[in-house]
Amino acid sequence: MFGFGILTCLVFLPLVGAAFILALRGTDERTLENARRAAFGTTVIVFLLSVYIYAKFDLTSSAFQFVEEKSWLGHGLVYKMGIDGIALPFLLLTTFLMPLCILASWSSIRVRVKEYLVAFLILETLMTGVFCALDLVLFYLFFEGGLIPMFLIIGVWGGQRRVYASFKFFLYTFTGSVLMLLAIMAMYGVAGTTDIVTLLHTHFPQSMQKWLWLAFFASLAVKLPMWPVHTWLPDAHVEAPTAGSVVLAGVLLKFGGYGFIRFSLPMFPDASSYFAPLVFALSIIAIIYTSLVALVQEDMKKLIAYSSVAHMGFVTIGLFSMTVQGLQGAVFLMISHGFVSGALFLCVGVVYDRMHTREIAAYGGLADRMPLYATAFMIFTLANVGLPGTSGFVGEFLTLLGAFRINSWVGFFATLGLILSAAYALYLYRQIIFGVLDKPALQSIRDLSWREAAIFAPLVLVTLYYGVFPAPVIDTSTVALNGLLTDLNSALAVTKTAALLP
Amino acid sequence: MSHLPASLAHSLPELILAAGILVLILVGALRGKDSDALVTEGAAGLLAVAILVILLAGKTAGVVVFDGAFIDDGFGRFMKMLTLAGSLVTLIMSQEFLAHDRIDKFEFPILILLSTLGMMVLISAMGLIALYLGLELMSLALYVIAAFHRDNLRATEAGLKYFVLGALSSGMLLYGASLLYGFAGTVSFPGIAEVLHAKPSLAAIFGLVFVMAGLAFKMSAVPFHMWTPDVYEGAPAPVTAFFASAVKMAAVAITLRVVMTAFPSIAPQWRQIVIFISLLSMVLGSFAAIGQANFKRLMAYSAIGHIGFALVGLAAGGEAGVASVIAYMAIYLVMTLGTFAGILSMRVGGINVENISDLSGLAKTDGVMAFFLAVMMFSLAGVPPLAGFFAKWYVFNAAIQAGLYWLAVIGVLSSAVGAYYYLRIVKIMYFDEAAPAFDKPAAAPRAVLAACGVLILLLFAYPGGFIDATSAAAQSLF
Repeated sequence: MFGFGILTCLVFLPLVGAAFILALRGTDERTLENARRAAFGTTVIVFLLSVYIYAKFDLTSSAFQFVEEKSWLGHGLVYKMGIDGIALPFLLLTTFLMPLCILASWSSIRVRVKEYLVAFLILETLMTGVFCALDLVLFYLFFEGGLIPMFLIIGVWGGQRRVYASFKFFLYTFTGSVLMLLAIMAMYGVAGTTDIVTLLHTHFPQSMQKWLWLAFFASLAVKLPMWPVHTWLPDAHVEAPTAGSVVLAGVLLKFGGYGFIRFSLPMFPDASSYFAPLVFALSIIAIIYTSLVALVQEDMKKLIAYSSVAHMGFVTIGLFSMTVQGLQGAVFLMISHGFVSGALFLCVGVVYDRMHTREIAAYGGLADRMPLYATAFMIFTLANVGLPGTSGFVGEFLTLLGAFRINSWVGFFATLGLILSAAYALYLYRQIIFGVLDKPALQSIRDLSWREAAIFAPLVLVTLYYGVFPAPVIDTSTVALNGLLTDLNSALAVTKTAALLP
Repeated sequence: MSHLPASLAHSLPELILAAGILVLILVGALRGKDSDALVTEGAAGLLAVAILVILLAGKTAGVVVFDGAFIDDGFGRFMKMLTLAGSLVTLIMSQEFLAHDRIDKFEFPILILLSTLGMMVLISAMGLIALYLGLELMSLALYVIAAFHRDNLRATEAGLKYFVLGALSSGMLLYGASLLYGFAGTVSFPGIAEVLHAKPSLAAIFGLVFVMAGLAFKMSAVPFHMWTPDVYEGAPAPVTAFFASAVKMAAVAITLRVVMTAFPSIAPQWRQIVIFISLLSMVLGSFAAIGQANFKRLMAYSAIGHIGFALVGLAAGGEAGVASVIAYMAIYLVMTLGTFAGILSMRVGGINVENISDLSGLAKTDGVMAFFLAVMMFSLAGVPPLAGFFAKWYVFNAAIQAGLYWLAVIGVLSSAVGAYYYLRIVKIMYFDEAAPAFDKPAAAPRAVLAACGVLILLLFAYPGGFIDATSAAAQSLF
């Protein structure tokens, strides 16, 4: 397409939309409406493009597809794009959430609308780029570049403590990532290239692997986030505008898990197996501790934010169990969490737009006046808990299966978290939806508008559909994950035999 | 032994500048007070011609002329282009500012030219005498323009401070040079290298240390940075821009040349020094800038930090290391010129302001300027995909490949600390309530800011040519 590959088109298309919006003159309501339509149209086209890629994708191959390569920095650094079964679900998740984000900001963003839309479109370019990049430096470019628009989104359109939250978000992730950058340089030194495909089959010396793994961990653990470096997340989530929270929870957190699957596990297999107990310990602490913390939150967004940290604990357990169930569960859980937690933040956004408070105590008995809202909220709450029949169940079940296969104590403690998650999620739901509608401010609250209903409808559909029929996601990633596991196990076997040799 | 015509041909840009300066002084003296605009235009034209001559010289191999005192090579040409570009842009964007402050005397462009001439001699110096000649020609003009706003107390203080400390550093450099000469019996860099290769000695290392101290002063690297914040803050903004751009290029260029051509055989010794000053510069630059309220002073600490980052590449050594320093300085030049173009546009109600709090809410009052300044800040912080990231990538990559892991780790961590104060400026521009809007800025600084911003933004799209040019320049040093 125009001399570029389809992935390049997909990644950079949002920039065209952004340029168009910047070219619009005037700040009257009509211009802004056009800007919103342009942004929405762009994101929809990007989504359709990604669906087209999915349709053309060969599910039976574990190789990277739609690969394109151009010279870039020279000296082994190339512009290389491509996608495999692991990245494709994440790409689809991103492009699926973006139009909903634009819709969700339609009437809630009133100041600097054009800049807001431009920031989101740029963010989309950077996010999709992360999943398509097949060169480590290129990956890092997208991975870190995303900080700039997100920093501005939180800082300009955020809530009360937006400045604090935006700085914390930026500096936490930036500090972690620069260490990863050094690891990338060290890998470049060994392999002479930063081509991910080559690096996947490069064997790094064992002692080096541990350092590289730790450096990557510094960045990915912050992004994911894992306990104890998760503290930026509640702040960022709470202060970000609704759509910002959706993108944060839906996509940016997934960079961490994606990074673990793409780099840590296959490139540093020995170190991954060496550090797996550490990851399990941190994940279990995250699951139990943040679930307990979520129980006592007074802010709706904060509660959901802590629940995100807990869910990411399941993801890391699944990943480092290094079993096929664990890996598939982790991927599925991330995808499912992407739209479920995104939807929950949208639910908060709906009442926040009406009441301008996120305090749990300010609500109660919304079921009376907002039946549609109560239904949607219920579905997402149950999916967040992991009720069978919703998409949340499949992922959690598979990761726990993986956990039990390697260590039943890990599985046991992780399951405890599941019970706690039911406690806080249902507590939130009861406080807001059930009870008597006795607060005077709530007497005239309106149910979902057609636009809000249009946002929730696809999310509800996806949540339920994947709950009963998870095959599309699993089939997409399964070949690639199997290939990854085979390589991983053979690498570990080599190390073991080497250790046994005198 | 080369002949005079060849020598003259290889120093053509310098000769053009020198002759042009003499003509311009005459023009200024004859036409009197109102000749500033003419002289400035002439000076800008001269600089442009010099750039053109260097460009046309092409990619010839290095030639040593003037009996071994002067070299015309790819490295020198590249660094001279950067220096000349820095001077040219400074001249273009400062005229309106100087006129506004009523210090638009014709001496200003002439002093800039003289200083630039000194820098060009310095960059091409192949011996200690030429080095000192160039350095002093550059510095003497700098002392004067630092105090150019002579009715302003802070500017005169800055000039005096710079002069006293500069004289001290020149003394140290001279002392080191005399030790080297006494030991090696020659002033030419290759000659010194030969002697040191045959018989390294402690006295020569002493000389090296003193020479490095003198050069570190010009680069404003810790622990010889003390003058920087005061001079940056006190001197008129265009002068500060000149200090931060052209002067830095020349100082780093000669440092590279000295250590690479005169001291290759005692690399472990100078490497220690470079690692030490690089480490201190990065850490001090990051932490000390946090509390600054004055934009120019903040940029001074930022400059100290960036010199630290650039020296990481030098500490790595080798061709890749030198190339990374060159790339770093080229990108830094664009970032710093862009930032100072922004500072030059800060004026409220006819009064120049330079506190970062004056930028408050700039995104609402002047979105374009806020955007480009934010680009500069993110780039200075080293956030991809802006050019500043590539600068950091090259120096730290060189360090990692050379095995300097701890230096790189401390370096990137201090860059994360440094990100805080760059972000603070973005925060003030974007998150805070609007302060009184700036006056309509002059065209030149605005154009410079926009041009620098576009370069910084788009380097990632086509970096290949730039990277090749820096490696080619680095190659000629070896």
